[in-house]
Amino acid sequence: MGKVSRLGNALYEGRVSIDFVGRRYVWYAMSAVIVIVAVSGLWFKGLNMGIEFEGGVEYRVAMPAGQANQQAVEDIRDAVVDTGIDAASAPIVNTSGTDNIRVQTEPVTNDEATEISEAIKAAAGVQTADISQDAIGPTWGKQVAQRALVGLGVFTVLVVLFIWADFREWKMSVAALVALAHDVVITVGVYALSGFEVTPATVTGVLTILGFSLYDTVVVFDKVRENTKGLGRTRQTYRQAANLAVNQTLVRSINTSVVALLPVGALLYAGVVTLGSGALKDLALALFVGMAAGAYSSIFIATPLLVQLKELEPGVRQGDARAMVRAKHDADRFAAVPVYTDNMPIGQEPDGQPEPSHDDVEESERAVPAATRTPRYTAGERPASRPVSDSPAAKRAQPSRKPRSQRGKK
Amino acid sequence: MATKASRPGRTLIIFGMVLAVVYGGVALGGNWKPKLGLDLQGGTRITLEASTATGDDVTPEKLEEAAGIIDSRVNGSGVAEAEVATQGNRNIIVEIPGENRKDLVDVVKQTAQLRFRLVAATGLGRPAPQQSPQPSPSANGSESPEQSPAADASPAEGSSPSESGTPLGRAISRGLVKADEVAPQEKKKGKQASGQPTADSTVTPLPEPAPAGGAAASGAPVDQPLRWMRNPGNEWIQKFNEFTCPAAGESAAPVKDVKNQPLLTCDENGIKYLLSASMIEGTQLSDANAGIPQQQVQWVVDLSFDRSARQTFADVTTQLAGTGEQFAIVLDGSVISAPTVIQPITGGNAQITGDFSQEEAQTLANSLRYGALPLKFTAPVVSEEGPSLASDQLSAGIWAGVIGLAIVLVYCLIYYRGLGLVVFASLMVAAAAVYATVLIMSEAIGFTLTLPGIAGLIVAVGITADSFIVYFERIRDEMRDGKSMRVAVEAGWIRARTTCLAADAVSLLAAVVLFIFAIGVVKGFAFALGLSTIIDVIVFFFFTKPMVSWLAKFEFFNTGHKLSGLDAENLGLDRLPGVRRTRTAGGEA
Repeated sequence: MGKVSRLGNALYEGRVSIDFVGRRYVWYAMSAVIVIVAVSGLWFKGLNMGIEFEGGVEYRVAMPAGQANQQAVEDIRDAVVDTGIDAASAPIVNTSGTDNIRVQTEPVTNDEATEISEAIKAAAGVQTADISQDAIGPTWGKQVAQRALVGLGVFTVLVVLFIWADFREWKMSVAALVALAHDVVITVGVYALSGFEVTPATVTGVLTILGFSLYDTVVVFDKVRENTKGLGRTRQTYRQAANLAVNQTLVRSINTSVVALLPVGALLYAGVVTLGSGALKDLALALFVGMAAGAYSSIFIATPLLVQLKELEPGVRQGDARAMVRAKHDADRFAAVPVYTDNMPIGQEPDGQPEPSHDDVEESERAVPAATRTPRYTAGERPASRPVSDSPAAKRAQPSRKPRSQRGKK
Repeated sequence: MATKASRPGRTLIIFGMVLAVVYGGVALGGNWKPKLGLDLQGGTRITLEASTATGDDVTPEKLEEAAGIIDSRVNGSGVAEAEVATQGNRNIIVEIPGENRKDLVDVVKQTAQLRFRLVAATGLGRPAPQQSPQPSPSANGSESPEQSPAADASPAEGSSPSESGTPLGRAISRGLVKADEVAPQEKKKGKQASGQPTADSTVTPLPEPAPAGGAAASGAPVDQPLRWMRNPGNEWIQKFNEFTCPAAGESAAPVKDVKNQPLLTCDENGIKYLLSASMIEGTQLSDANAGIPQQQVQWVVDLSFDRSARQTFADVTTQLAGTGEQFAIVLDGSVISAPTVIQPITGGNAQITGDFSQEEAQTLANSLRYGALPLKFTAPVVSEEGPSLASDQLSAGIWAGVIGLAIVLVYCLIYYRGLGLVVFASLMVAAAAVYATVLIMSEAIGFTLTLPGIAGLIVAVGITADSFIVYFERIRDEMRDGKSMRVAVEAGWIRARTTCLAADAVSLLAAVVLFIFAIGVVKGFAFALGLSTIIDVIVFFFFTKPMVSWLAKFEFFNTGHKLSGLDAENLGLDRLPGVRRTRTAGGEA
């Protein structure tokens, strides 16, 4: 506990920092591999659509304890085939959960359904009350799918608007959406590869994931926004501030994901072990996979992407450049003092090293050169030594400090 | 410190009182168990998908009308507590709890059949013990379900159909008048001198069917309704005499309504009718409305027929006008109205007058409109839940909930220690609030708890606990920034509040979108999720926050006791900010 807490504090203060943003290409590559696997699974294997989409009749038989065995499955299959109904000539019969047996046939008429139900009852030795039956017409799935797609579209639009309204930042919307798509593709891919059945409950689960994934992302972005608000006055680049935000919310993200996954795990357990199939399992499974992917994507995908998008902005770039200059200045306050030696040719500057490029901040931080010097600028070219902030005065940027000449005169 | 924050106790007390009042309300309702969905108690659920024969859109009004008709159809077939609801823009859900009633699929699926037939004879369709002319509702209820059927065949009543001259019910006490020129025409031409609708409710004697025997034995051909009506033949009279209506409150066995055959049926007051073959189909009706004509006080129902029916209707009304012979409007094989004709109606617009109340007039108009509505239904989903499986699902759902809640609590207690108690209390309060709301919802808007609904509630445990985690992490962050516990509680709150509101808004948004666009049982999931999200916000603001503020007054928390979850070690600090003496440190200046 103590160690974990220490780590929590260290993460908060930034002493220990996992470079989520800097190593983004590693995460991108990981996600890309997973997504490619998911998509190819979807492409080559396809989804195993449940009878709600294909149409058909499903019977669920509650067997007496311990009798949902292979023998009973064989018996029931034979009994169903023996009814001589064409659509039921190749029923799918399997055990589901501890005490249930599931029988699926093609669509049949009402009377035929009753006949099959009777046959099952006789073969399994159960009462009418022990049999549940779902008869689903072939057009039903289309309606479900259609509405799900419309829902997906509406939700996406609303989410973009919401994030834009809340954060005033369309780039956050984009990053959040990419993370969303990532989660959904992975979840769908898991379904394709594992061959789990897709039912309307699964679709609902997937739509719910959208909410969850976004929930996580919103919390992280909230911290990013907070950390980058007064960025101009700190020695941090946007990237560092965002990375710190992710690190600071890391403990929370882990806690949240654990706490959210625990009840879903309980649901999944109840759905798979006790009931074997049905809405509970389908919902819980989709949620479980999606939530896990959601927690991953808000840290590893959404934030790095946001940083990349933000770094395209000239304002952010300039701010970053300033922050780096300051950081360098702080690292060695005397580095900028030129070292003159005897017999130096006139006009030659001591140890003229090129200004390190902005991209290798990491390297430059590791080994701050002993003597770098600030290049000389001609008037007007020199970047402001401090940020200028917008002020209403004269409708243009004003220095926030008085010029040196006016300082100290009271 | 702000005055608001300094009074957490008051907020807590008010919150407790509100919760108590809510539970008081529930106690008044006296219902401590939510209504369970079919998947938890067993039953049959039939999902109907409507489409129009013409390819027009199915409007919500049409769907509502259809649902109303199906409701009466299902409940009329002896099923108690069947629920019929529309869903989305073209689905109707019929839920029948209890026994498996797959046989009802065909009943609910059939297209409504509205037909206009001629009345050959009417009579008391069921034994009336007290000979009360108009069975009062209480009489209906108290009547024993089945009187001895033999009583119906008693010669006194059976032999002459025309004996129905007792003022039996409303159905025959209505007049049909021409709509175009109602008031003046009625006075001039109408048989009733006054033209008052009440006058219509006098006895309308039916023509005596030709005496038994002789030429009448075979009767007029069935395909000529007008002639047949006056001479149905012995065979049909015999059938009519033997026919009985089911006792009041009993289910009417579905009558097979064949277009070109005579029909024996009843109306809701237990009057039996012998009806001719169909004259006009409901689809030939172009509109029907209830209203009060100008300068009158009585409700009437206006009908208009389309071109194809106009001539037939004109012929029939010309024949029937003034004779007191009746006309029956039959919906799904049951007579909904049997007006007499006051005058010939040639324009295709008719008006049914009578002693209607507003509700009666509107019901009749709706039924007529529905008949004009060519809605066809398919039943894409028929599911039956066996009661034993359903109870398995209920217990599995409850167990999953209990286990889920328990492990979340254990996790929070281990991680947050003392603060874990706050999570515990908050989750319990949230659970109590959700349960109360579910009870109220199931009373007020008929919300039923389904298995996906339970799943939604369980999943929401995670969302609810997450709010607390966000807050607690914020408090700890503030303390790491060097604030004392009491300050950190307030400062962390301000920041956690915005985060939680944003996150809950997203989650609510998802729930609402799901609720609107999901079809089938998963709607319950979205509803439960949305409900718990709202309750999460309420509990978070009015319980968790005041509770933490209140706890911050205790030394146990604000000096960082080892078990409080906010001690130095737990925060990863060497020394708690704002605490003068740490428990271990002895020497201090």
